[in-house]
Amino acid sequence: MTFQKAIEPMTSPCFDEMNGGESVSPSAPRALYDRVARWLENSPPGLLDSRRQQAEMLFRRIGITFAVYGDKEAAERLIPFDIIPRLLGQDEWRRLEAGLIQRVKALNMFLTDVYGAQEIIRAGVVPADLVLRNPAYRPEMQGHRVPHDIWTHIAGIDVIRVDDRDFYALEDNCRTPSGVSYMLENREMMIRLAPDLFADHRVLPVENYPDALLASLRSVAPPHCPGDPNIVVLTPGQFNSAFYEHSFLADKLGVELVEGRDLAVRDDVVYMRTTEGLKRVDVIYRRVDDDFLDPLAFRPDSVLGAAGLMGAYLAGNVTLANAVGAGVADDKAVYTYMPEIIRFYLDEEPKLRNVTTWRCREPDALNYVLDHLSELVVKEVNGSGGYGMLVGPHASKEQIEAFRHKLKAAPEGFIAQPTLSLSTCPTSFPGGVAPRHVDLRPFVLSGAGGVRIVPGGLTRVALKEGSLVVNSSQGGGTKDTWILETDAATR
Amino acid sequence: MLARTADNLFWVSRYLERADFLARLIEASRRISALPIAYTAARDEWKSVLMASGADETFFDHFDIADEANVTAFLAFDERNPSSIRNCIEFGRANARAVRTALTTEMWEGINSAWLELKKFETAHREAGRIDREDLIGFLEYVKTTSSLYDGSGYRSMLRNDAYYFSRLGVYVERADNTARVLDVKYHVLLPEQETVGGSVDYFQWSAILRSVSALTAYHWVYRESIKPWNVADLLILRPEMPRSLISCYDNIVRFLDALAAQYGRQGASQRHARNIKRRLEGASTGEIFQSGLHEFVDEFVNENNRLGAEITEQYLIG
Repeated sequence: MTFQKAIEPMTSPCFDEMNGGESVSPSAPRALYDRVARWLENSPPGLLDSRRQQAEMLFRRIGITFAVYGDKEAAERLIPFDIIPRLLGQDEWRRLEAGLIQRVKALNMFLTDVYGAQEIIRAGVVPADLVLRNPAYRPEMQGHRVPHDIWTHIAGIDVIRVDDRDFYALEDNCRTPSGVSYMLENREMMIRLAPDLFADHRVLPVENYPDALLASLRSVAPPHCPGDPNIVVLTPGQFNSAFYEHSFLADKLGVELVEGRDLAVRDDVVYMRTTEGLKRVDVIYRRVDDDFLDPLAFRPDSVLGAAGLMGAYLAGNVTLANAVGAGVADDKAVYTYMPEIIRFYLDEEPKLRNVTTWRCREPDALNYVLDHLSELVVKEVNGSGGYGMLVGPHASKEQIEAFRHKLKAAPEGFIAQPTLSLSTCPTSFPGGVAPRHVDLRPFVLSGAGGVRIVPGGLTRVALKEGSLVVNSSQGGGTKDTWILETDAATR
Repeated sequence: MLARTADNLFWVSRYLERADFLARLIEASRRISALPIAYTAARDEWKSVLMASGADETFFDHFDIADEANVTAFLAFDERNPSSIRNCIEFGRANARAVRTALTTEMWEGINSAWLELKKFETAHREAGRIDREDLIGFLEYVKTTSSLYDGSGYRSMLRNDAYYFSRLGVYVERADNTARVLDVKYHVLLPEQETVGGSVDYFQWSAILRSVSALTAYHWVYRESIKPWNVADLLILRPEMPRSLISCYDNIVRFLDALAAQYGRQGASQRHARNIKRRLEGASTGEIFQSGLHEFVDEFVNENNRLGAEITEQYLIG
C-alpha cells in the first residue's frame, strides 16, 4: 500500500518523542518513555535485529504485503515494521482525540452543506470556485441527502507534532484512507515480539476497531432497509496495492469481500451473486475510488465497479461508505479553510492546529510568500505526492526564481507553508538505534451515534536519515502506537 | 456465500489435491524407471506418466523425448504446463488469496508458506541452472506435506457450512479424477490375461499404481496377500474403506452435496447425478467390470465425473 505523502523538510533541531526538547541525550528520557529507554538499554546487541527479522518472517507468512505496480520481481513487498513503539500519554491522547472529533464533525457538516444549501459559500467563508470547480466535487450529489448526514464514515487525519504541546493536522483523508490493518497487525506483532515491554505498560486496546467500524456501517443503512443490513466490502481486486487490508477488514467484520463483478443492479437495487442466487446488498464499504464505481455514471472503461450502482445509490437503496463526492473536503485548498469551517459550523475554536498556510490567491499572502520563498514550502493546490512543490530551504537560487515566475503567473493554484520540524522517535536499524521523523494517522469513525476513535493509529516513520518522507514506496515504515492509561508526565 | 468465493474454495482444494497426486505419481514412476529393463518389460513409463497427468499433449509442444529429466521438470516446475505442481501451488495460492476471508488463518498460512517455499526453490534452481534428484525428492515431500497441512487444517478449523462443503467437494472430485486416470493409463496391466504364474513382470507396475495413490500399505492390510491385479482394481474402485477409491470419493461427494442441499433447502442436478454415480459403483463388482471392460468402465467414469464438476459449477459457482 502506498501512503501518499511528502512532508516538508525539518529545520533542526526538533522535538524527540522519547528524549524531549532538543536533547538527543539518552540519559534524560521523558517520563513517558522511561521503560522504553530502559528496555533499549538492557537489550543485548543483536536482539532488536533478530526481532526485526522475526517480524518480517511473520508478516510474509500472514501475507501482510502491498503490491508495487509494474515490479514483477518484488510483486509483493513488506512495509518495514519498527519494533520500538511510539507512545502517547493519556492526557496527550485526550487532547488529540477531542481535536479529531471536532474536526471530523465539521468535515461532515461541511459536506452536508456543500451538497445541500451551500450556506458556507453564501456567507463568503469559503470561495465558491474552490468547491464547485474542485475535481473531487460531484455535481450528481448536489441536493442529495445521505443517511444521518454522514459523508466521511471513515476518516484518516494525518497529524504531526513539533513539541510536547500541540498537535497539527497536516492532511485530512475523507475518501478511502488506508493503513488501519497495519495499526491492528502491528499491535499483534508487538504482543508477540516484545512481550516484556508490552506487559510493563498498560496500553489501551485497538482490537475493537472492527466492531466499532461494523457498528458505524450498520447505523447508516438505508432507512427502508428491511431487517438486518447486508454489509459488504468492495475491493478493486487482489492486484490492488491495499488488497491485504480489504480482505483483512472483511474478515474481521465478518462480511463478504466483493469485487465489482460480484455485484448486479436490478431496478435500482444492488445485489451480490451468491451460491443461492442474487442477494440484496444494503451497505457497501467501498475501497474503490468514485471514478471507478459505476461505468454508467463515471469512467465508462471501469471494470472495478458495477453498472447502475450510482442509480441505486441516488435512489437511496444502498449506502456507500464513504459517500460519493466526499473528496471535496480533503484537498489542500479546502484544508487551509479548516479553522474557518470549524468556527462556522460548530462556533468553537479549533482544537487541532492547522499548519499556517498562505493562500497565494490572496494578494497580501502572495506578497509575503514572494518575499520569503527561501524559507517556505510552496505546494500546488491540486498536486499530490510531493510533485510540483518548492522546498525553499533546499532549493537553489535558479529553482526559486523559476518558481517565482510560475507563482506570479497563476497564484490561485498555490499555497505556502513554513517548514516544520517534525518530531522524531527512536527507530531501530541493523546495528543500532537512531531518531527518525514520524507522523500519526488515527482512524476516525462516524455513525448515527456520533464520532468514535479507537485509541491509537498508524505511526509512520521515515527510515532514511533526515528524510521527512513517510511514504511507504520511498522507504517509509510503521510503528505500533501505544496510548497509555497514565499521563505523559507520570513515571 | 458469494458464488466466486465458493468457486475459489473449490479450486484451491482441487489444485492442492492435484499437486499431491502429481508428486506421488512422479515418485512412483522414478522407482519403476530405475528398475532393470527385464522387470518392467521396457514399457514407456514416462509417457504413461504424462498421460495419467493429462499433460501429454502440451508436453510434446515443448519436448521431443519423454525421459525422466524432461517429464519431471515439466510436471514439477514448468510454468508452461498449466497443471504442473508449481502452477497448482501458484494458482491455488492466487485463488486462496482472493478468498482469504473464507479460509481460516491456518489454511492460508499453510498455502502461503508453500508458495514462499516454492519461490525459494525456483530461485535456487535458477541460480544452479538445474534440478538434481535430491532437490526433487525434497520438493515432492514438501508438496505432499503442504496438501496434508491444508487439508488437515481445513478439517480441524473450518466452520461446518457451505464454505467447508465446497472445499471438500473440490478434494473429492479431483481425487476421483486422479485415481480414475491412473487406472485408465495402466488398465492393460490389470487385465486378468496378463497374469503369469510365478511373478509377473507387471508386479512392479501394480505396486507403482498403488504407490501413486498411496495405497500400497493399505493393500496389504485389506487383502493380506501378494499383489493381484483384480485386487488392485477392487481396492481403487470399489473399496469404501480405501480413501482414494472411486466409491469412497463418491460417498463423500454425495455427503457434501447433500449437506449443501440441506443448508440451502434445495436439491439440484448435481445431487441427482452424484447419487446416480454412487449407486452404480455400489452395484458393481470387479467380475462384472472386467467382463464389460475395465477400460470402458474407467473411461465412462472419468466423463461422468467431469460432468458432475460442470454441474456443480452451473448450479453454485456462477451465481
